[in-house]
Amino acid sequence: MTRTLFDKLWDEHLVESQPDGTDLIYIDRIFLHERTGSIALASLEADGRDVFFPEQVFCCMDHIVDTFPGRTDKTTMPSGQDFILATRHAAHDAGITVFDLGDPRQGIVHVVSPEQGIVQPGATLVCPDSHTCTQGAFGALAWGIGSSEAEHALVTKTLRVRRPKTMRVTFKGSLSGGVSAKDMILHLIGKFGAAGGSGYAVEFAGKTVSELGMEGRMTMCNMAVEFSAFTGVIAPDEKALAFLKDRPHAPKGESWREACDYWETLRSDSDARFDRELEIDAAVIEPSVTWGTSPEHCVPISGSVPQIDAETSPGLERARSYMDLDCGQPLLDLPIEAAFIGSCTNARLSDLRVAASVLKGRRVKNGMRAICVPGSMQVRAAAEAEGLDQIFRQAGFEWRESGCSMCFFAGGEHFDAQQRVISTTNRNFESRQGPGTRTHLASPATVAASAVTGRITDPREFL
Amino acid sequence: MSLEPFKRWTGVAAPLLRPNIDTDAIIPSREMKRVSKVGLSDGLFAGERYINEGGRLPAPDFVLNKPAYQGCSIILAGSNFGCGSSREHAVWALKEYGIRCIVAESFGAIFANNCVRNGLLPVVLELEPIRAISKWVDADPQAHQVTADLESQTVQWGADSLAFDAEPGARYMLLNGLDAIALTQTRQEQIMRFHERRKQSRPWLYGEPVPDS
Ligand code: SF4
Repeated sequence: MTRTLFDKLWDEHLVESQPDGTDLIYIDRIFLHERTGSIALASLEADGRDVFFPEQVFCCMDHIVDTFPGRTDKTTMPSGQDFILATRHAAHDAGITVFDLGDPRQGIVHVVSPEQGIVQPGATLVCPDSHTCTQGAFGALAWGIGSSEAEHALVTKTLRVRRPKTMRVTFKGSLSGGVSAKDMILHLIGKFGAAGGSGYAVEFAGKTVSELGMEGRMTMCNMAVEFSAFTGVIAPDEKALAFLKDRPHAPKGESWREACDYWETLRSDSDARFDRELEIDAAVIEPSVTWGTSPEHCVPISGSVPQIDAETSPGLERARSYMDLDCGQPLLDLPIEAAFIGSCTNARLSDLRVAASVLKGRRVKNGMRAICVPGSMQVRAAAEAEGLDQIFRQAGFEWRESGCSMCFFAGGEHFDAQQRVISTTNRNFESRQGPGTRTHLASPATVAASAVTGRITDPREFL
Repeated sequence: MSLEPFKRWTGVAAPLLRPNIDTDAIIPSREMKRVSKVGLSDGLFAGERYINEGGRLPAPDFVLNKPAYQGCSIILAGSNFGCGSSREHAVWALKEYGIRCIVAESFGAIFANNCVRNGLLPVVLELEPIRAISKWVDADPQAHQVTADLESQTVQWGADSLAFDAEPGARYMLLNGLDAIALTQTRQEQIMRFHERRKQSRPWLYGEPVPDS
């Protein structure tokens, strides 16, 4: 029987199939955060249920913590502190490791987990957070769940899941200069739609994907959920192993060698069959940017807002009107008022390096609000060791502590109504970054270049 | 911890047909004010349900605010309903508002799971019949109520009805109002055996962390 990578990961964790058609899947590791994890833990406590194996449960404070320098447990989000205190308290009671405020390991959950070597090839990892798929970049089976399912995983160390279908997306050829993993995934979603991956576990493969570093691969898998996939996964290779080696939770010595022997088997067999295959020519991908309020409202940066028939496509019309754009209007040179570099999509060291290479010796356009929020405190420290913080600051960017920050609006800090923001995040939904805020998604290079000119700008002019 | 079983439900249905209604739209993050699963229905669809952002002045054009749709318990939706954030608050808010069933062209996967875990029925139909149902409902929403029957797996409206396929696992849980955790705990022995075997076969996953040097 030939098997896909996904099949191997699934079979490896199958406790037993249930009579109701679901599979009972063993969960190796669980992450929580203060936004949704707090509720799962509180609910377990109320029901008198215990966490089964807390040694493999971890928790990040990332979603509603402030990112201002000198921050405390107090938050700009009203009542945010309650979430932080409740989570801290419940996690300590349950014996769960917390990456808390003040801890040099603190950061966004999907950045912290790989940094600490907690996600590993061949492991299952879940978190009540939809972007858990990010971690599939390591050949792990990692996916986002709801709070009730998190409770289920915490108590039973399993989940009842229906086996998804399999899809492979093969990227052929090499990217042209100034084009990144973010542009690849936006291109895919723009082409096949935000529901294009619905019902599938998606493997990203091909030369272009192997040529990406681990951070780019995480960016791709991060947005598998924006493609509505069950999750994204990439076969682990030397790059994945090199990334994980010597991380705190990575196996050491003889165990490392033993683990590597297993990890090297984690790839789709050469004649494995997928339920669906898509192919994309990487050479045609340009820097991508979204015009609307779904990641599928995406065009090459040289493109324009599509022609929309308001009668037959009220959804597109609503997006166009929310974004205050005209049909046929080009995206290039559209004036923007704010730039955001952050989130679990694009705030790792390589993202900050690319942005800094654009910003070096330049300044953001006068009056522009520009913010950089590193993905973790370790990313922040590493960037500072290279002097990147100086480049950002001199360019006029705010340089923040780590957290989700204005990737989403939780009632605290936000961008303004009608403000047009170019952002390295993953969601351009209505009011995602602030009530009435208009978000354009793009790569770190595009965001940095646009911050400099104050208009949506092709980063290739600057690289 | 058992849920109210879902067998058959008849109620006022309201159309929200545009595609990609995400969980941020179902309940904006700013409405999730407390560490709690309750008190959320007020924030349901807050972004479009109220005129003043953050305030509570009902927007007259929003379907759930229209007198004809009062008491709505079924939502008719387009594609990818509930996509985006995994927040289960979206389902808790819908449930507290009184929604029992959502009929959509497709669902965000995490959202559909969250529905089942909370006793709400997600039904997938093609967009054409969903439009047809909406049109029929709109003539007189209070009188033209829609029925979702999970036992026979049909949606019924007026003289019409259409079959749907419920996922067997979800159907079983919903029909019996089962709590998934309790159900899985009946397999505790198998899980423990698997756990012990895995400690042997993949021991590195169970080691103590070694700090960065
Ligand atoms: S950075 Fe944004 S997308 Fe990522 S986990 Fe935080 S809120 Fe979610």
